[in-house]
Amino acid sequence: MEKRYVAIWFPYLATDWLELRKPELKNSAFVFSAPSHGRMVITAVNLHAQKLLINTGMVLADARAIYPALQYFDDRPGLTNKLLNKIAEWCIRFTPFVAIDTPDGIILDATGCSHLWGSEDAYVSDIINRLQSNGYQAKAAMAASIGAAWAIARFGSAPVVDKEKQVTALLSLPVEALRVEQSTVDRLHNLGLNLIKDVVPLPSTSLRRRFGALILQRLNQLLGKEQEFIQPITPIEPYQVRLPCLEPVARIEGIEMALQTLIEQLCGRMQKEGKGLRTAVFRGYRIDSHTVEISISTSRASCNVSHLFHLFQMKWSTFEPDLGIELFVLEATQVEDYTPAQEGFWKESAALNDAPIAELIDRLSGRIHPDAIQRYLPMEHYLPERSFKKAASLSEQPITEWKINKPRPVLLLEIPEQIEVTAPIPDYPPMNFRYKGKLHKVVKADGPERIEQEWWIEEGEHRDYYAVEDEQGCRYWLFRAGHYDQEKKTDWFMHGFFA
Amino acid sequence: MAAKADIIAQLQKEILLLQGFKPASNDVTDWVGLEQIRSAFPNSTFPKGAIHEFFCTGPETIAASTGFITCLLSSLLKLQGATIWISSTRIIFPPSLKAFGIDPEKVLFINVRREKDKLFAMEEALKCDSIAAVIGHIDAISFTESRRFQLAVEQSKVTGFLLRCNPKNLITSCVTRWQITPAPGKTEDNLPGLGFPTWFVQLLKVRNGKPGSWEMQWRSGKLLIVPEPIIRVEPLRKIV
Repeated sequence: MEKRYVAIWFPYLATDWLELRKPELKNSAFVFSAPSHGRMVITAVNLHAQKLLINTGMVLADARAIYPALQYFDDRPGLTNKLLNKIAEWCIRFTPFVAIDTPDGIILDATGCSHLWGSEDAYVSDIINRLQSNGYQAKAAMAASIGAAWAIARFGSAPVVDKEKQVTALLSLPVEALRVEQSTVDRLHNLGLNLIKDVVPLPSTSLRRRFGALILQRLNQLLGKEQEFIQPITPIEPYQVRLPCLEPVARIEGIEMALQTLIEQLCGRMQKEGKGLRTAVFRGYRIDSHTVEISISTSRASCNVSHLFHLFQMKWSTFEPDLGIELFVLEATQVEDYTPAQEGFWKESAALNDAPIAELIDRLSGRIHPDAIQRYLPMEHYLPERSFKKAASLSEQPITEWKINKPRPVLLLEIPEQIEVTAPIPDYPPMNFRYKGKLHKVVKADGPERIEQEWWIEEGEHRDYYAVEDEQGCRYWLFRAGHYDQEKKTDWFMHGFFA
Repeated sequence: MAAKADIIAQLQKEILLLQGFKPASNDVTDWVGLEQIRSAFPNSTFPKGAIHEFFCTGPETIAASTGFITCLLSSLLKLQGATIWISSTRIIFPPSLKAFGIDPEKVLFINVRREKDKLFAMEEALKCDSIAAVIGHIDAISFTESRRFQLAVEQSKVTGFLLRCNPKNLITSCVTRWQITPAPGKTEDNLPGLGFPTWFVQLLKVRNGKPGSWEMQWRSGKLLIVPEPIIRVEPLRKIV
């Protein structure tokens, strides 16, 4: 069968994307710029800016000298690739073989596809119309080789070129259509070779000697003498399984069976691919056209059937079948790589990120708020309330040591409580103090230990900490805020209880 | 006479075995300095895989019980690994646990206000056999709930500790009941300062064992019994 290719070209891909997000930019000239060698260089321009002769590669300052009202935005690296990927996945409606042609194009292998649209013209115009209605300016061309389609999309006029007329159509194109480096193009222009037809009659040996082997390959690909291959994208199939039922299911046993089968199917697939799910949704489509759903989340990637089943089971109460459910769908909305751990011969000491503990946390967070489950790691601060922080994950390791050179209380009040104290000035521990209405007589004391406020975080007075023991042998951690002062009363606080 | 005592001891051991108290074969308990306490427990082993309850009266006694439990875990039972701590709010100061030989980063703190949620979390945690110990600040617990904990623990062999502040219900199925009160710290040669953490430890109830009370101290990474003070009679100095 005769090969047919479509090349799509997006001349203003990044700027079109921004125009879609900010419609107010539609009628103004704007550019993207990125720093390069100490100046801002334009990386993408929109149509209005291009009409003002502003092009990519220009320095932003020069462009603003041409047109002071020019708007400019920071370049987003990787944006065009991401957009191309998305558009390529969308293009799978036209052909199963879609490839990305960086930086600004997409190639479709349209062999045997266009008859479904009636004709090749209808096929190409449908592609362009649909893209333009979505807000992306695009040019497309269909030809018998990838090189030819690429060249005609960018430099030609007719969108569809037959194989017979292809060579004549190509010969009048400029040498830029050859897909060679800019330096080679410049040298061709310097030699007066401006069009393809100037290059074609030249002997291949001299072309190779002067411009390298690439130009010959490109020329052959353009004229269809050499086959070129594309690497089609393969979109990830969503992790979703469905179970339609002949009769509506309204009993818990039936729903449990459905869930069990779906989890087994999904876990079987994920196990093969080395994946595990983090969040999943189980949906039931009822016959009264309502949808009921329950969702779960796990603290680490899991494809353990019984564990996942148990997590769903804890939420049964919100899953109302009413008159019956006719379709069950289980979808893993968030999937991560899962590496099954090697089982040890004997258990030494269970680490926190072991599977059973992670599963325990999943079960707990099904009922209590996940924020209520905390783990703490040391921080390099002297102030006791800042000397630890909440860990972000189960596997996060401490970056500093826990400080144990000074005795610290086992219980620490979240907010220090004010107490009344009798203490000899200036730096002696209190003789007695009243805490929650009870008078404690201090028998022994240690201190003071001065801890300064960290002024770069918070302003405040320093604290002088004393560890004191009362007549019963109870040990407390008290502090005085700031120095003694003639004018104002000095505040004392209770901050903790020693073991 | 000796034969009779032997027979009784043998029979007692058999009864203990029937009740589920097995003499631990891979016992790593370090009894150095604690020989007096050893005889208080059935089979002379600290019952692991059981629930122990601690009565408290206020923050001072909670602090003392917390210190004592962490000492038990790190020095006596040598339980290293994940520990779960269930309470209403964050009250434990994590860095202080390091001084008692427990790695604070291996402790998961679960802070829930409702008693029902605490009971649920504790039971789920006790069922998980990868955990070394579970400590719960649960004041109100009924006999049925404590029985559920006991059943969970018999399967998983996790050791559970319940800290109960001014409890109303005294009937539970816990294996031991303790009361820890802070005792005046002792320093060497009456040096100034607080000295080592010292507690007055009362073992109020222990199933198939002998209750008792001791004064104990946490000293250079070990739990020790404070010896009875020897009253030294100072020779009267004669003033010439």
